[in-house]
Amino acid sequence: MRRALRWLMAVCVVVATSTAAYAADPRATDLRPLVQALGSGGYSGTEKALTQLSEAGDPAAVPVIEALQAGDLYVRKADGTVVVARKAGDAFTLTDPLTRAALGDAPAAAVEKIRINNSLRRAISASLGALTLMSPDAGVRRSAADAVFKSRDASALETLGAAIAKEQDKGVRAAMEQARAAILLTGEAASKMTDAEIQSATDTLTARGDRDALVLLNMVAGSGASDITKKSAAAAVSTLEQKLAFWAALQNLWYGLSLGSVLLLAAIGLAVTFGVMGVINMAHGEMVMIGAYTTFLVQEFFRAHAPGLFDLSILVALPAAFLVSGGVGIVIERSVIRWLYGRPLETLLATWGLSLALQQAVRSIFGPTNREVGAPSWMSGAFELGGLTITYGRLWIVIFAFTVFAALLVALKRTWFGLSIRAVTQNRPMANAMGIRTARVDALTFGLGSGIAGLAGVALSQIDNVSPNLGQGYILDSFMVVVFGGVGNLWGTLVGALTLGTMNKFLEPYAGAVLGKILVLIFIILFIQRRPRGLFALKGRAVEA
Amino acid sequence: MLLRFFLMGLDRKAGIVLTILAILAVAVPAMTLWVPADSPFHLSIFTVSLLGKYLCFALLALALDLVWGYCGILSLGHAAFFALGGYAMGMYLMRQIGPRGVYGNPVLPDFMVFLNWKELPWYWLGFDHFWFAAIMVLVVPGALAFAFGWFAFRSRVTGVYLSIITQALTFALLLAFFRNDMGFGGNNGLTDFKDILGYDIQADTTRVALFVATVAALALSYMIASGVIGSKLGKVLVALRDAESRVRFMGYDTESYKLFAWTLSACMAGVAGALYVPQVGIINPSEFAPASSIEAVIWVAVGGRGTLAGAILGAVLVNMGKSYFTGALPELWLFALGGLFVAVTLFLPKGLLGMGAQLKAKLPGRKASPLPTAQTANQATGQTAGQKGA
Repeated sequence: MRRALRWLMAVCVVVATSTAAYAADPRATDLRPLVQALGSGGYSGTEKALTQLSEAGDPAAVPVIEALQAGDLYVRKADGTVVVARKAGDAFTLTDPLTRAALGDAPAAAVEKIRINNSLRRAISASLGALTLMSPDAGVRRSAADAVFKSRDASALETLGAAIAKEQDKGVRAAMEQARAAILLTGEAASKMTDAEIQSATDTLTARGDRDALVLLNMVAGSGASDITKKSAAAAVSTLEQKLAFWAALQNLWYGLSLGSVLLLAAIGLAVTFGVMGVINMAHGEMVMIGAYTTFLVQEFFRAHAPGLFDLSILVALPAAFLVSGGVGIVIERSVIRWLYGRPLETLLATWGLSLALQQAVRSIFGPTNREVGAPSWMSGAFELGGLTITYGRLWIVIFAFTVFAALLVALKRTWFGLSIRAVTQNRPMANAMGIRTARVDALTFGLGSGIAGLAGVALSQIDNVSPNLGQGYILDSFMVVVFGGVGNLWGTLVGALTLGTMNKFLEPYAGAVLGKILVLIFIILFIQRRPRGLFALKGRAVEA
Repeated sequence: MLLRFFLMGLDRKAGIVLTILAILAVAVPAMTLWVPADSPFHLSIFTVSLLGKYLCFALLALALDLVWGYCGILSLGHAAFFALGGYAMGMYLMRQIGPRGVYGNPVLPDFMVFLNWKELPWYWLGFDHFWFAAIMVLVVPGALAFAFGWFAFRSRVTGVYLSIITQALTFALLLAFFRNDMGFGGNNGLTDFKDILGYDIQADTTRVALFVATVAALALSYMIASGVIGSKLGKVLVALRDAESRVRFMGYDTESYKLFAWTLSACMAGVAGALYVPQVGIINPSEFAPASSIEAVIWVAVGGRGTLAGAILGAVLVNMGKSYFTGALPELWLFALGGLFVAVTLFLPKGLLGMGAQLKAKLPGRKASPLPTAQTANQATGQTAGQKGA
């Protein structure tokens, strides 16, 4: 014990003064006998030496133990020296485990492997965990602390204490303190602790505030520990549960917002064609699909001609998808839909037919399988916000959905084009008399709605499979959103999308994904009975035309 | 009284339809069972089942035409009633398998054994009797339609809104029946049937008998439908298709009229499904797919909305086309179907049976509106169109 303390002090001094590499360190000589001991006495001898090495708390021992773990540690039969041996052809290349100095080659028969068993493997990972706590790299120390938190190996306690005392990095020290609290509360030490110590340990764990901590505290509360410990743990559990429930609700809210913005993206184009123009466009989903395939083509172009600019491909795909989908939309309006104004159910059938043809066309051109659409680097990855995990891809989609919504709102309310759209919608003959070319406005409005669907396709290509059936999955949802929100009202679409998205995500944990969706559908069916014209119904004569 | 009801709606067209059905009911069994196999007049059993399938679809189209053509309710969820009827029949057929299943359990169907269920769920009880299943074929779709219609019509959900919530209905059922815990075989549905009423379901005579039953059901449904339409009630239905508000203001309880037609139509669709399942040998949740409901609408549109004979004609023609295309040119089928949707709505708003009248209207040389029905269709259904069509 004393010896160990001496080692610890030495280590602390060294860690504090220098973080130089372990090789060629004067201390290496001091570890030598311990390393040497690894090679003798069978499993128990190795284990004993390992414990001593780990108690020595010198990071220089880490590569040695790692070599032992990997099965690269051998004993040279000639003099009993412990060496690291790596196979090179028939023979082994030997190096010194501590200094890494080359020791020449040896035939296979001249060395003997230091064998390890399961109990040794456990001891190895525990001691590695403890020793890496001293690593000069903060990231390594942090993951070591997490490893100790998980293993709760009591032998790491002393190293941990020393490491905490020397730790400068706040985050790493917190992780180490949590690991120590975990060991203290679950180990034998708990019975000797004072109330205050127990309290501070549980507080530390509560501060950690994640599911691991909750599991641990639950374990303590239900274990054979002293009453005080149990009571303190139970109190901590209830605090923590509340906190976790709060974050879980927040996470659900985020998922709901994320799903809601996907629905918003899919539905907002429909809010223009269906909501503003009154055209039931069942081919709307195919406009989304065309947008996604445009993204695919743009990315293929970038892959082939400018792989370095791949991150920008999405930005190029946005206007491209808008134009392609919008163009297809204008062609559809001019060729089919303009003959069917005022006959919504016939429009529904004709556009359904178009959607089948478009799907088959894409299937014939691109094949029935999914196409690979990559994510730019700035859309991949995730970050933590409190207890929330937020992926960048979803975050961008939420931002994008709201941007598109705002842009559409401005376009309809503040531009000449938007004014003409509203004029034609509200009173066609009068708008015509005022010199608005209604036929052209119709075509452009439909093109606008379809183009927005194309934009949605770019976003959806990032989170969904780009296949000919992409659009079909969204068409019904989009209609539900528009009908739920109230036809002819963009704000209704926004509220509808977010409400349905959030409701879906809050139902999912209780009912499962499929049942949740069914419940939402039933809710919509019942809701339409109460408010047949949606959440924000248009009032007045125009409704009953 | 009942006879008068049936005869009331019968006109020349009905005479033709019923005659053709009667000929089919006699000729097809004769050509299959008694004409020798090498004769050019012999019909293979495969063809009989195929024809039977077409006629089941025709019955579904007839049911849809009753509500869409005469009542102005465009249902995009009629396949749901069809599939429910099919499931009711499928449950009976499943129970008839008995211990002959793969797991040999005399009570539980294979998929329940596979899911480790211990006893039959309560809603499967009774389905070992044919009479019970036959009642359920009518009651389950009828009850669902009644409940759905009760709410929807009283809240005056009309036009496009109604169409979209019928889609939601069938989509919700699709999702529900995909779930294994529902106890209807999940994804795979019900299949592997052995016999019906004690007869081997694969036997030629059983298949021919099923075909004859389908013809009979179609003929009976046709007579009921034309009886309803020919009656005073039918006149009210047509009136509320064309101007619902006016009918309401005249004091008619439009909701009840609609509800009656809607429920009757759902029952017919259920019967169609029940006859369909033993002939194709499987029922699975894909029958609930929103697309199949919409496809049924195009059958009616092709044949001629608002003509019962047209619905039958359209269903048979489109499905024959589908059989041909999916066999010979699978790539082109969706193009053909899509083109058909567009062409029919643009150029044949009254369908094939209305084509003659449409041509006649054009012949005298006056430049008639290309869409003679626009006015009425708009009034019947176009309430969301704003003032667009005005």
